[in-house]
Order: sequence, then C-alpha cells, then structure tokens
Amino acid sequence: MEDLRERVEKCLGPKGLVVAMTECRGDLSVEVPKARLLDVMHLLKDTPDLEFDFLSDVFGVDNLAFYEKQKPKKKPEGEETEVKKEKGPPPPRFEVIYLLLSLKRTERLQVKVRVAEDDMEVDSVTSIWKAATWPEREAFDMFGLRFKGHPNLKRLLMWDEFPAYPLRKDYPLEGRGEERHLVYGE
Amino acid sequence: MGEDIQAYNGGGWIATKLEWLINWGRKRSPWPLPYGTACCGIEMMCALASGYDMARFGAERPSFSPRQADVLIEAGTITLKMVPILKRIYEQMAAPKWVIAMGACACSGGVFRTYSTLQGIDRVIPVDVYIPGCPPRPEALLQALGMLIKKIEKSHPILHKRYSDFLVGY
Repeated sequence: MEDLRERVEKCLGPKGLVVAMTECRGDLSVEVPKARLLDVMHLLKDTPDLEFDFLSDVFGVDNLAFYEKQKPKKKPEGEETEVKKEKGPPPPRFEVIYLLLSLKRTERLQVKVRVAEDDMEVDSVTSIWKAATWPEREAFDMFGLRFKGHPNLKRLLMWDEFPAYPLRKDYPLEGRGEERHLVYGE
Repeated sequence: MGEDIQAYNGGGWIATKLEWLINWGRKRSPWPLPYGTACCGIEMMCALASGYDMARFGAERPSFSPRQADVLIEAGTITLKMVPILKRIYEQMAAPKWVIAMGACACSGGVFRTYSTLQGIDRVIPVDVYIPGCPPRPEALLQALGMLIKKIEKSHPILHKRYSDFLVGY
C-alpha cells in the first residue's frame, strides 16, 4: 500500500487541485483551491484508494495576528526607514479546515481552504456529509464565514441578534457590550 | 416549640406573634428550584440526594416548576443567551422568593470573563446568599441554606412589605 501522501497526490494532483501539502507529526494536511472544494471532497470520499467517508469536524481559523506580523511595520520614530519588501501578496485572512477520517482505513486527512476577507463565501459540504451542518453553523457564528448551500445557516451559539463574530482576532475578549439590551433592557 | 410560642394547657389555642408564625412556616419548607447549568449542578444534585439529604432542612421537594418554588438555587455559569430565561423563571416564581447563587460563576462569572458570560447573576436578579467555590462542596450548599433560613427568621413579612411590592403588576 502506498503512502497516504502519494495516494492523495495521485488523486488530486493531476487535476490541479493541490495548492500545498504539508505533514506535521504524521498528520497530512492538503490545501486546495476554494472554488473547487466540492470536487475535491467528492474525490476524497469516492476514490476507492482513499474513501474518507467520515467528517470529524469543520472549523475556521483567523490568521489576523500572523497576517499583521507579515505586514511591513509602520516606521518607528527613529531612522529605521528601511521597509522589508513583501515576497508576494499577503495570504488570505481566514482558513476553513475540514478533518476527514476514513473509517475503513483508519486514516486521517486535513483539508484546508483559504478564504479572503472580502469574499467570505465557501461551498457547504452538507450535501456530501450531513455531519457538516452544525460545525458549519458554528464557523458562521464565530467567524462570519458564509457556507453556500447550507440548509439552515443561522447562529448556533450566540443569540440571533448578536451583531459581531466573536472568534475573530480583532474582537475583544470581553465583548463590546452587546448584551446590554438583554441584561438591562426590557 | 420556640420561646415565642406558648401553649395554654387544654385550651386548644396558642398565643404568638403573627410574623413569627409566618416565618416559622416559611423557614421550614424552602422548596428549591434547582437551576443547574454547569458543574455546580452536580454538587447540588449530590446535596439533594441521600448522602447529604437537604430535605432534613425543609428543602423537601426540588420543585421543577417555578410556580411552586421558594428558593432559586442558581448553580452554574449563566451565558448571556440564558439571561432572558433566567429572568423569566425568576419572575414566574411566586413571592416570597429567595435566590442562592452557587459557585464562582453564578457569583461573579468565575474564570469566564468573556463576551458570552454573565458576570454574576446579581446583575439581573436579586441574590440572598452567595456560595464561593469552584464548585462548592455540598456542605457549603447546606450552610447556605442554613444562612437563608436564618435570614427568613429575621424578616418581617408584615412590617416590611417587601414582597407585596413584587406583586404589583404581576
């Protein structure tokens, strides 16, 4: 049996569906283009060599701190006028990560999609795995990611009128007092 | 029989103070409304069960309907989404009513100083007894109930019409 990395490469590579592939302590992670997410997921589920038939989790990541670290710093007051040149455009701010599990082969795979701040729409995988409904709602609730094709995309944890997305890194830990009307109002 | 009540031999009647009699009745049956929202709820169940047996102090029947409860035992974290429900349940309780805030979360929000947690239930409803601890042991809940009973003993249900004020508008 080939290595999982080779099998995934063989399945997705020829179709140009792999952006990057990394391995960390035995866990394979593959980044795929956002527009082709559903194709990738169908392939991963239905290819006989892979058979990722179980979706463990879906969650969002906000890379704001990382993103800001990469930005050239504003000039400090002194003479350090030298600004580091960027290698390329900054990476998109958000990520959506899908944790897949193959129950037949007991193998795991991370699928990663990068989402830019100005285009928060991602295809919903609820048509492939029903298990995605709640985690996608949670990611919508916490990060404001919009999952296209989700049957019931509304807040899961916060109340419906809550005006912010609390797990974004620029949201203060103690909130902005959104609860005032709930606590003190009538 | 306490010192405030006197029975006259064979007469079939007693002499006492009305307030004392009312308090005597109230303090012997503080039926709790268990409102367990987190791990404190487990300790509360333990205090209600046979090992600690809160029924010894008159908390005979955990009342799962707020209409028949006297003491709201708020055991656990209250998220902001839960606040309207907590308020409604408190308002549904018939006066006289008391509240025990059990555990660090109910008293002050505890370790959850975040956007989603109420920083102490006394921001929305009046609290009579606070129990510190994370979670407090069942003995602490029994002590709190004892303190509440002492508080009821000292109250003046007729002189200070505290509870009749609540009845206006409900």
